[in-house]
Amino acid sequence: MAYRVAVCVKPVPDPNYYGHVGIDPVKKTITRAGVPNIFNPADKNALEAALRLREPGSGYAAAISMSPPEGAEILREALAMGADEAYLLCDRAFAGADTLATSYALCQGLRKIESEKGLPFDFIFCGAESADGATAQVSSQLGEWFGYPQLWNVFSLEERGGVFMLKTKLENGCMEWEAKPPMVLGVARELNKPRFISAMGVVKSRKKPLVTWGRSDLPGADDGYLGLAGSPTKAGDIFTPDIRREGRRLSGSPDEIVAGMLSVIRASGAAAGV
Amino acid sequence: MSPKIWVHAEIFDGTVSEVSLELLTKARELAPVLGGAAIEATLLGSAIESEAARLAGYGASRVYAADASELEMYSPRPYALALSYLAALHKPDIYLFGATSTGSSLGPAVAARLKTGMAAHCVDLRINGDKKLAALVPSFGGRVIGEILCPGSSPQMASVKPGIFKASEAAAGRVTVERVPPEAWADANPKGSLKPLAIVKHPPRGMPIAEAQVIVCAGSGIGGEENWRLIERLAESLGGAAACTRPVLDEGWCEEGRMIGTSGRSVRPKLYIGFGVSGATHHVCGMNEAGVIINVNRDEATPIFEVSDISVEADVNAILPRLYEALRR
Repeated sequence: MAYRVAVCVKPVPDPNYYGHVGIDPVKKTITRAGVPNIFNPADKNALEAALRLREPGSGYAAAISMSPPEGAEILREALAMGADEAYLLCDRAFAGADTLATSYALCQGLRKIESEKGLPFDFIFCGAESADGATAQVSSQLGEWFGYPQLWNVFSLEERGGVFMLKTKLENGCMEWEAKPPMVLGVARELNKPRFISAMGVVKSRKKPLVTWGRSDLPGADDGYLGLAGSPTKAGDIFTPDIRREGRRLSGSPDEIVAGMLSVIRASGAAAGV
Repeated sequence: MSPKIWVHAEIFDGTVSEVSLELLTKARELAPVLGGAAIEATLLGSAIESEAARLAGYGASRVYAADASELEMYSPRPYALALSYLAALHKPDIYLFGATSTGSSLGPAVAARLKTGMAAHCVDLRINGDKKLAALVPSFGGRVIGEILCPGSSPQMASVKPGIFKASEAAAGRVTVERVPPEAWADANPKGSLKPLAIVKHPPRGMPIAEAQVIVCAGSGIGGEENWRLIERLAESLGGAAACTRPVLDEGWCEEGRMIGTSGRSVRPKLYIGFGVSGATHHVCGMNEAGVIINVNRDEATPIFEVSDISVEADVNAILPRLYEALRR
């Protein structure tokens, strides 16, 4: 079966540089100078899932991102990993979007791809959450814009003759599902191990289309749902929590340190019978 | 009409989840600030009648209950249809969800159907001067806390992780249970198909970290698996639970429920002892409410020492086995 699959991807600030993230005390905006962007980790698992579904048959895999121009970099990475085409939704009119407006714009972009190709997507994949905002809301909301069944935190996906068996994470266990496309899936990082980009993949990707669409390319979209104006949530005050403690150092020989730790443990009153 | 705060009461294994009771307790704190808002709950499942009374015990004065065999297991489509039907009909001002594996998906789906805003994984909820919900949300792994408002649409929605608020029972009050008709979750335009088959429970090995008074946590500097096993034994001898950070989880030595941090669990034990924990912000965000924090790390400049009461600059291998032996004696 040749499935038609879309995957939504997002550039995020590299979590290894979160120590550099701060707040401009005057403008009350987030400062992240010198923090590089990376491919949101869970979105790579989403892309891997999309590529595996497409591969056995012919099929088709499109990557889409709603982001500033630098989002083109991760779309190029997606093409090098194996996506067939990439679409960047990039316009000031899309900026400042919360999850509702983001999922709406993605839905509009995906619908446009579908109408250009004359065929709907069978699957739309997202990473379960992004490393920066980590709201984990986009895949569920995208499912509602499409009116498709959606599952979040999918860590197992198997096809059995056109029927899909899926597993989603629960707090102390999992849930098992049977599904038929179309559907929207938010995938967990345990789902698969994303492939590395090969030199051949990079060479091939140069011939693949990377299309940028702005507001005027989505004539059917409703401005009431796009960007800052279309976002029901607004950012209020921001602050960096002060969680520092007046610590004290324990030093000495290992045995002296252990003795010191034991007296702190006893004084805490937390450990019964110690 | 007096304002209304709604809590979606999540059912797991036939009973209401603890986080739903935590949210009802928080709603009781917010209600007077909103001029005596009514606290109401939504409840979906099968044979859940008795749970409505339980919700009353935590302050719900009205429960909208959809009780049907086809709702026995969570399924995103009928659940989102039912809850958005109820919210569109009764117009709550605030609607709260537990940020559990189901609530984190169901809440935003309901928000999308209602075209309203939802703040995810909040660490606190307040009512601001405009009588609006101000939800405090961590981002960049807890490095920054931002206020999320939803001033122009309703309900103002938010999800909160389990363990952030403490559940406490309310004075007994009267509760009205309203049955939800099946048309609430009827899908007029079904596409694709999705059927829940089973819930598989993996009982946790050892004490769950949410319940522990003492947590011993392994970080990326722990060394090999034998040290992780020692962490487990040390935790046990202290009557507590073993926990880990992301790099340790990625080694596959323990189950995901043991990870502390923004993408794991938030904990507030009386005592936290970390070994080889580096202090990445997304971990610190999940443990900085602990009573006493002790950390052992051989790196003098590790950020974890800034949030520790007791810092031990030493090799894990020099301290961990000795501490364990000392406790066995």
